[in-house]
Amino acid sequence: MNITVCVKQIPDQSIPSELLPDSWRLRRADVNAVLDPGDEYAVEAALKLAEATGGEVTAVSMGPARADEALRKALSMGVHKAILVTDDALEGAAALVTARVLAAAIRKSGGTDVVITGTESTDGYTGVVPQALAELLGSSSLTFAKSVETGGEGITIHRQTDTGYQIVTAPLPVVVSVTAGANQPRYPSLKGIMGAKSKPLEHWSLADLGLDGEAVASSQRVFSVVAAPEKQAGELISDDGTAAGRIVEFLAQLKVI
Amino acid sequence: MNAGPILVFGEVEDGRAAPVSLELASQARRLSDAVVVLAYGSSTEGVDKAFASAGASAVHLAEHPVADRLIGPFAAAAMASLVGAVSPRAILIGATYTGRDVAGRLAVRARLGVIANVIDLMDKDGRLVALNTIFGATQIVESGFTSSSPGIFLVRPKSFEVAAHEGDVAVSRLEPPTDVQDSARIIESHSETSTGPGLEEAPVVVSGGRGLGDASNFALLTELARLTHGSVGASRAVVDAGWVPYSMQVGQTGKTVKPTVYIACGISGAMQHTVGMKGAKNIIAINRDQDAPIFKLADLGVVGDCLTVLPKVIEEIKARQQQG
Ligand SMILES: Cc1cc2nc3c(=O)[nH]c(=O)nc-3n(C[C@H](O)[C@H](O)[C@H](O)COP(=O)(O)OP(=O)(O)OC[C@H]3O[C@@H](n4cnc5c(N)ncnc54)[C@H](O)[C@@H]3O)c2cc1C
Repeated sequence: MNITVCVKQIPDQSIPSELLPDSWRLRRADVNAVLDPGDEYAVEAALKLAEATGGEVTAVSMGPARADEALRKALSMGVHKAILVTDDALEGAAALVTARVLAAAIRKSGGTDVVITGTESTDGYTGVVPQALAELLGSSSLTFAKSVETGGEGITIHRQTDTGYQIVTAPLPVVVSVTAGANQPRYPSLKGIMGAKSKPLEHWSLADLGLDGEAVASSQRVFSVVAAPEKQAGELISDDGTAAGRIVEFLAQLKVI
Repeated sequence: MNAGPILVFGEVEDGRAAPVSLELASQARRLSDAVVVLAYGSSTEGVDKAFASAGASAVHLAEHPVADRLIGPFAAAAMASLVGAVSPRAILIGATYTGRDVAGRLAVRARLGVIANVIDLMDKDGRLVALNTIFGATQIVESGFTSSSPGIFLVRPKSFEVAAHEGDVAVSRLEPPTDVQDSARIIESHSETSTGPGLEEAPVVVSGGRGLGDASNFALLTELARLTHGSVGASRAVVDAGWVPYSMQVGQTGKTVKPTVYIACGISGAMQHTVGMKGAKNIIAINRDQDAPIFKLADLGVVGDCLTVLPKVIEEIKARQQQG
């Protein structure tokens, strides 16, 4: 089974994020960047499927040239080869554009049986790229997977729902989005880290994908960004044995007891 | 400026209109007299009335043709046909699992941009402007689509009130779509049942985090919720640890709640958690660490051990209720 995993490099979330004042875009250039932790679950699911079926995993990303680092991390976890679509025209690309670019890259790479993604990026969290990819590739979609297995008609997942879960199966080709917590992403081994340096990592431009300016034009725009009003600080007490009484009094005031 | 109607995805589950879809119909009515709803689900009998009284001026009923197929790809195809037919000014979809499936596929089919995590939508000089928050709701972003193209607004549940509306409604049936490229099949469905009011409707939400120390201590929260006619929520840390099911998770990747009172027990107040509960009218927090970020939001903060405070709270409420 040939598997493609889509990943993104994002600013390290443990450092407070900032916007660029002129474009309202996330400041990415000079901040520490990492493989989106949400995508590590996707990489792990892809590697597990490949191990079970004897297939290869290709990681595909769209981003600036430095997103190589995130792809190297995926390679060091065990991914076989990687493709980065990088082009100045893609800066600030919206979700639909991202999906078009990833779909074009997957096609150019020769197609795939299974595409695995996270459910949303941790920095932008629009959360519609997996479904858009499926539509673009003419694939079935298995979304919000809490577990992924081969079997059934091709791939079978436990799909998160608002009230519980469903067991859903689909034939290939299929796009699977994997929720955080679906598995335990492996740590790259020292051998993996060393090996990643010699694994193939290609850079493609929009021209390489045959995409023009219109395909990647965005129809949306940020008008302004303002600080949210801060909440007034409330009453803070230390529990000296009477705090429970104060809570009960407060609940009574609010007429919920 | 496109003066077309506002098109709303009316998610129908178990024969009932999803609350978020009714919220969107009401907000669409505040912005336009022409509110077209696609009511899509396995059984849509009578849901036109619910959508009409929330604000719809036209309801298209579409029955899901095959029970064991996921709704999303089919509803996206039906939405795309309506986008073509009614040339809407904007498309509103609730950010549920199904809603996200619909939005992604519809974006491709109808070549529409998507603005997600919307919490408010307004008309500014004839242009629809969406608000969403970033960086743990510390910053508010105003965005919209360029004037020539409509777009999809993916709206978080509980962003709008449902207002009763009276007026004419045109009801029609839409044939199920046939050009769907999805072969996924549902083999089984499971629900994690909970007792008491649903988390999103409950007037009181008692939530627990890692500070409870052990899954068994959730019994204290269940008891407090029972006494306050509330519901029990949780942080992601304890959902990931397997203490409680995901359906109880509050936050960015869980539910958004806006109860009269939110009681956070042993929850640090990470921004991914607080975006889901910030809208509560009153917030009580119990945490051992006086510097816990949750106290910045709390109307009443108690620096203490929830395992000693909660049993006393329960005891005192019981004592009051016996007297009362
Ligand atoms: C992309 C992404 C999405 C996320 N989505 C969500 C989400 O939807 N919801 C969510 O909740 N989180 C979410 N998170 C996780 C979030 O960042 C936090 O890790 C999580 O909320 C922490 O849970 P907690 O407060 O229970 O645990 P901790 O942060 O470990 O806090 C435990 C608290 O309990 C206190 N404590 C300890 N013992 C006691 C005691 N005996 N009595 C009183 N207090 C005590 C401690 O002082 C501490 O403040 C997300 C993270 C990411 C990266």
